[in-house]
Amino acid sequence: MSANHPIELLRFNTCGSVDDGKSTLIGRLLYDSKSLMEDQIEALERSADITGGGQINLANLTDGLRAEREQGITIDVAYRYFATPRRKFIVADTPGHVQYTRNMVTGASTANLSIVLVDARLGVIEQSRRHTYIASLLRIPHLVIAINKMDLVDWSEERYLEIRAEFEKFLPLLDIKDVKFIPLSALNGDNVVEPSKHTPWYVGPTLLGHLETVHIASDWNLNGFRLPVQWVNRPNNPTNKELHDFRGLSGQIGSGIVKVGQKVMVLPSGMKSTVKEIWTYDGKLQEAFCPQSITIQLEHDLDISRGDMVVGLDVLPGMGTELHAKVCWMNQRPLQRGKKYFLKHATQSVQAVVTSIDSRININNYDVQPEPAELALNDIGEIRIKTAKPLIYDGYATNRLTGSFILIEQGTNATVAAGMLQPPLEAVKPEYNDFAI
Amino acid sequence: MSSYHLDHLQYLETEAIHIMREVAAEFERPALLFSGGKDSICLLRLAEKAFRPSDIPMPFLNVETGHEFPELLEFRDRRAKQLGAKLIVRTVDQAIANGTATPAPGEVSRNKLQIPVLLGAIEEFRFDCAIGGARRDEEKARAKERFFSFRDAFGQWDPKNQRPEIWNVYNGRLNQGENMRVFPLSNWTEMDVWEYIRQEKLEVPNIYFSHTRDVFRRGGQLLPVPPPHTDASKPDPFAGGRPKPNEPIQSMVCRVRTIADMISTGMIDSPAITVDDIIGEVAAARVTERGTRADDKASEAAMEDRKKAGYF
Ligand SMILES: Nc1nc2c(ncn2[C@@H]2O[C@H](COP(=O)(O)OP(=O)(O)OP(=O)(O)O)[C@@H](O)[C@H]2O)c(=O)[nH]1
Ligand SMILES: [Mg+2]
Repeated sequence: MSANHPIELLRFNTCGSVDDGKSTLIGRLLYDSKSLMEDQIEALERSADITGGGQINLANLTDGLRAEREQGITIDVAYRYFATPRRKFIVADTPGHVQYTRNMVTGASTANLSIVLVDARLGVIEQSRRHTYIASLLRIPHLVIAINKMDLVDWSEERYLEIRAEFEKFLPLLDIKDVKFIPLSALNGDNVVEPSKHTPWYVGPTLLGHLETVHIASDWNLNGFRLPVQWVNRPNNPTNKELHDFRGLSGQIGSGIVKVGQKVMVLPSGMKSTVKEIWTYDGKLQEAFCPQSITIQLEHDLDISRGDMVVGLDVLPGMGTELHAKVCWMNQRPLQRGKKYFLKHATQSVQAVVTSIDSRININNYDVQPEPAELALNDIGEIRIKTAKPLIYDGYATNRLTGSFILIEQGTNATVAAGMLQPPLEAVKPEYNDFAI
Repeated sequence: MSSYHLDHLQYLETEAIHIMREVAAEFERPALLFSGGKDSICLLRLAEKAFRPSDIPMPFLNVETGHEFPELLEFRDRRAKQLGAKLIVRTVDQAIANGTATPAPGEVSRNKLQIPVLLGAIEEFRFDCAIGGARRDEEKARAKERFFSFRDAFGQWDPKNQRPEIWNVYNGRLNQGENMRVFPLSNWTEMDVWEYIRQEKLEVPNIYFSHTRDVFRRGGQLLPVPPPHTDASKPDPFAGGRPKPNEPIQSMVCRVRTIADMISTGMIDSPAITVDDIIGEVAAARVTERGTRADDKASEAAMEDRKKAGYF
């Protein structure tokens, strides 16, 4: 909106173990960046008088549930919004408690950047490893390792370097390209918005400085057009000539760019056609790109419904019923071989059965344990799935939208797993080579 | 535009359109909660963007407290008509009359009484999903809510046990009697809403703009003086919401920043007469929009408690 340069949006989340200071850090960021309103500060001060012995508790800004404030822990993700002249931010404060890992995954899944907090006294512990691993699994492009509570270790550079070295031992095992280490005190605000006078040995940016400048321009995938058909748009309007034959395919572009006149393929049928029109409420477009929500019309009148996918011919996706994926298991009842689940992928929902559990990750050393009997709550592993209908998909590493799925337990309808597909072994080979007639 | 880049409003818009289409595709009987307020005005435009050139494939639903600003109701009806949508209105008055809602002794606000009315309407029309305009930045219990917020057969929200919501793959599955509340504007801020209203040139009820009105001071708020009670055969719906002798009436140039009903909406002292003026005020604001609402001031957990009971 604002004049010439559009304001960029950065989505980030905090993670790490219980009590490492995640909620306090977000409170500090909001407080020191002057993003809090007077009534919010008053509410903080009011609750401090009752429960905090006069000290205000910055974590209360995000710990919005009564049960959270009573116990001083975070249970579910809280989202906060703030802006600086440079960027807009959506922050997800996620819980550190192992029991609520599912909520950490929820908050992290839409982030471009994750801040993993560590308590400088404790160093790297199991939850730090688990959350770092999940951030890598989700392919969050940017990571900040915030070494917090430096005030409690006398601002020791040695301690900072020790913890940093611990991380650097296992980071190469992960898929994270961009990592930044920052020593700070969330409680006192050192290196959060203002540089700290206690850490003359640290030369990098403050946390906010880094959040404002980290390069995020191309986190969307513009290769290989994918439009999962979400809703077939058929106006029930027999008298209007233009609308009588309107047959739109509505959806959000999962990747790539689409142009009027472009040849496309519809899957699973394999029929080809040409894009006749890109329709939007604001007028027709010549081209559209990920992640815009659009409605397209094709030249040919094909049988297409929700769950189908319109794809570009340059990079074809995989298609099949035998899938190989990494999953993060999020339910008390373990994942079992042979059990049926609903699988939701893009706009498609199918029945699925887990045919094998290939491996489980040991979160303490990232070792792979082959063929475990089951995956229990918070386990991460690799599985094979067979679906009742073919999925049209890409590997998660190249396409977040067509490479991800969730598993839903039948009966309770609980969401029990987040799944990330391995790339297809081969691209779809359509049986029709001609255009639809 | 040759750079393939969305600005933040376009990003919020495409996220919301995607959610609305998921609702249309996955639920059998969805409804859209339309009050005439600024957030639900944005919802309507997003519905147009999601579904045109087809009709918006769900009716609009509004729960009336009986304490509404008349300007709001006029606007609501007119806008629904313009869009060719079916508007269903259920009222707290009806619910009190037929016994499904009972006011607590001495309670003036009808905010909580909206809950049984909403749940009644959901049951009456067998709605399996209601789209609402709530935003996470409004309040800290809301800040915890999912886009697809599951409600059990009693309409209750269980904040300690929400479904994980990963990427934008939403789980809309329900068993009999359960339903879903869906909030496409979850990630929008008050500023985003006004910038969107400006960008889309959306009409809003004129009480959002500065006008002269009689108000009185109560509990740190400037409350509007309700319209006179004319129908003597019925009890005064605004009983308790009228100024007492020790609450002098003053005429003031003011507007609303957020609309609840007349009894709990504080007016703000403001000369803003255009959307640009309002955006300027939001940018300079030192209190949140909910800071002007009495219903949220009741306690730290007022919103959480209402939501657990089935509130929007
Ligand atoms: N001394 C010191 N204490 C801190 C610092 N940051 C946080 N704390 C304290 O650590 C405790 C836990 O802080 P929280 O922010 O609630 O921790 P959290 O990581 O959000 O915890 P969960 O969300 O429950 O996982 C609180 O008592 C904080 O005041 C810090 O930099 N220095
Ligand atoms: Mg916390």
